[in-house]
Amino acid sequence: MMLMKRRDFLKAGAAAGAMASLYGCAGGGKASGHVVVVGGGYGGATVAKYLRMWSEGGVQVTLIERNPTFISCPISNLVIGGTKTMEDITISYEGLRSKWGVRVIQDDVVAVDAARKTVSLKGGSALSYDRLVLSPGVDFMWDEIPGLKSADAQSKILHAWKAGPQTVALRQQLESMKDGGVYAISIPKAPYRCPPGPYERACLVANYFKQSKPKSKVIILDANEDVMSKKGLFTKAWSDLYKGIIEYRNNSEVKDVEVATNTAVLEFDKFKADVLNVIPPHRAGDIAHKSGIKLVNNRWVDINWQSMESTSTPGIHVLGDAIFPAPTMPKSGHMANQHGKLAAAAILNLLSGQAPNPEPVVMNTCYSFVDGKNAIHVASVHQYDAATKTVQPVKGAGGVSVARNELEGKAALGWAKNIWADMLT
Amino acid sequence: MKLFVPLATACLLATAGTAHAADPHLARNLAATCANCHGTNGHAVKGSGMDALAGMEKAKILQKLADYKSGDKPASIMHQIAKGYTEAQLDLIAGYFAAQK
Repeated sequence: MMLMKRRDFLKAGAAAGAMASLYGCAGGGKASGHVVVVGGGYGGATVAKYLRMWSEGGVQVTLIERNPTFISCPISNLVIGGTKTMEDITISYEGLRSKWGVRVIQDDVVAVDAARKTVSLKGGSALSYDRLVLSPGVDFMWDEIPGLKSADAQSKILHAWKAGPQTVALRQQLESMKDGGVYAISIPKAPYRCPPGPYERACLVANYFKQSKPKSKVIILDANEDVMSKKGLFTKAWSDLYKGIIEYRNNSEVKDVEVATNTAVLEFDKFKADVLNVIPPHRAGDIAHKSGIKLVNNRWVDINWQSMESTSTPGIHVLGDAIFPAPTMPKSGHMANQHGKLAAAAILNLLSGQAPNPEPVVMNTCYSFVDGKNAIHVASVHQYDAATKTVQPVKGAGGVSVARNELEGKAALGWAKNIWADMLT
Repeated sequence: MKLFVPLATACLLATAGTAHAADPHLARNLAATCANCHGTNGHAVKGSGMDALAGMEKAKILQKLADYKSGDKPASIMHQIAKGYTEAQLDLIAGYFAAQK
């Protein structure tokens, strides 16, 4: 183990080591250099802020994000359900700029040159980096649902699995639907972004129907064998609150769609809905694929859990939903924020000639609303395990709510306020 | 630059051999795992309903955490989270928040 550690250490520290030696061994020097962060979501915004904060301005950070503002996926189901607005989940990047000195560029990264340590932007310019962070989220595998490949099809059958224009459009489809209509949501096989998210969405759409369109139905077409998260709590909400409204169908993978008739094509069956909401299978964001770093199952980025660094390509750290997850670790915004801090600490150590913290800890908290006020949670703590070289869930820790309650609904909104501030202001 | 590499290597080896679990930023890193709910460096957003831990007495934080762990203090979620950290980690976390202004 020690040999392995030393080798990793040398490899990782080589770039910054020469400078650090000038300052002697003890504690290393002050971190300096330029870090480019690709993607300003829960992972990318967090790592950008924490690199600036923890280096006390010593490390230059450029964040490249294609959208003009941050729009949160967590809480966006409340917009779809009609109890929150887009304004409630939209936050400016101005805090990162003015308070933390992050250079925020609205652009798209189209290529990564790991050998020359540069990224190319769609706008035409290129940036060089000492270390690169990719936090690209997910992109959809449209080939898996051939009928959805065209932009026209994608504008009619929505995923709303990235918060933004699709969130608004799905809300409009639900508002336009006649009473007595059917809303169907399809869930891809795990792993996918936000395991409880589709079940929460089903609840919040049903909550809207119950109040405004009581003859309408919600059908969940789940490609998985069973409810993937908070099962007991969700099924209790469905029977207590939405009996006769929500119907759950397991092993119901959507293989294709017929756009003209709003029909989901299953293996042996078809299902026609008034509002069809298909969440296609997804994988690490496109830039992870283009950058040539090692993927698992050609979908998710393989990383070193002491540094979030690619196992194949030194100098590139990857966060959030794009990574191959550690055991039982969900793809969540909370988790991405924790990845961002783990990576920031590791990068600052590496830039000052020190090894990354050998025993990182990350934890997850995820609230889901089951109506406009009541929420349920799942929590877990994951500690680094040297034997398996990954972070493992701590046995006996974590768990779910005893029952849905309003206090946790308040906590969920408090969580949102604090995590948004933790990453952006 | 080449001249410095062997020297840097020697330094790094020395550190690697002796500094296991002695990351000088361990307390900071651990406390950062709490910030999602309790605010950056324990400065919770006002009106968010979350406990602001910055500047809270270390012994008080540790007592709260112990009570969550034992079940003496009822909680919706903190009893599940507190059990995920070792006593030594909780001590570092409490010390870090207590030192925040």
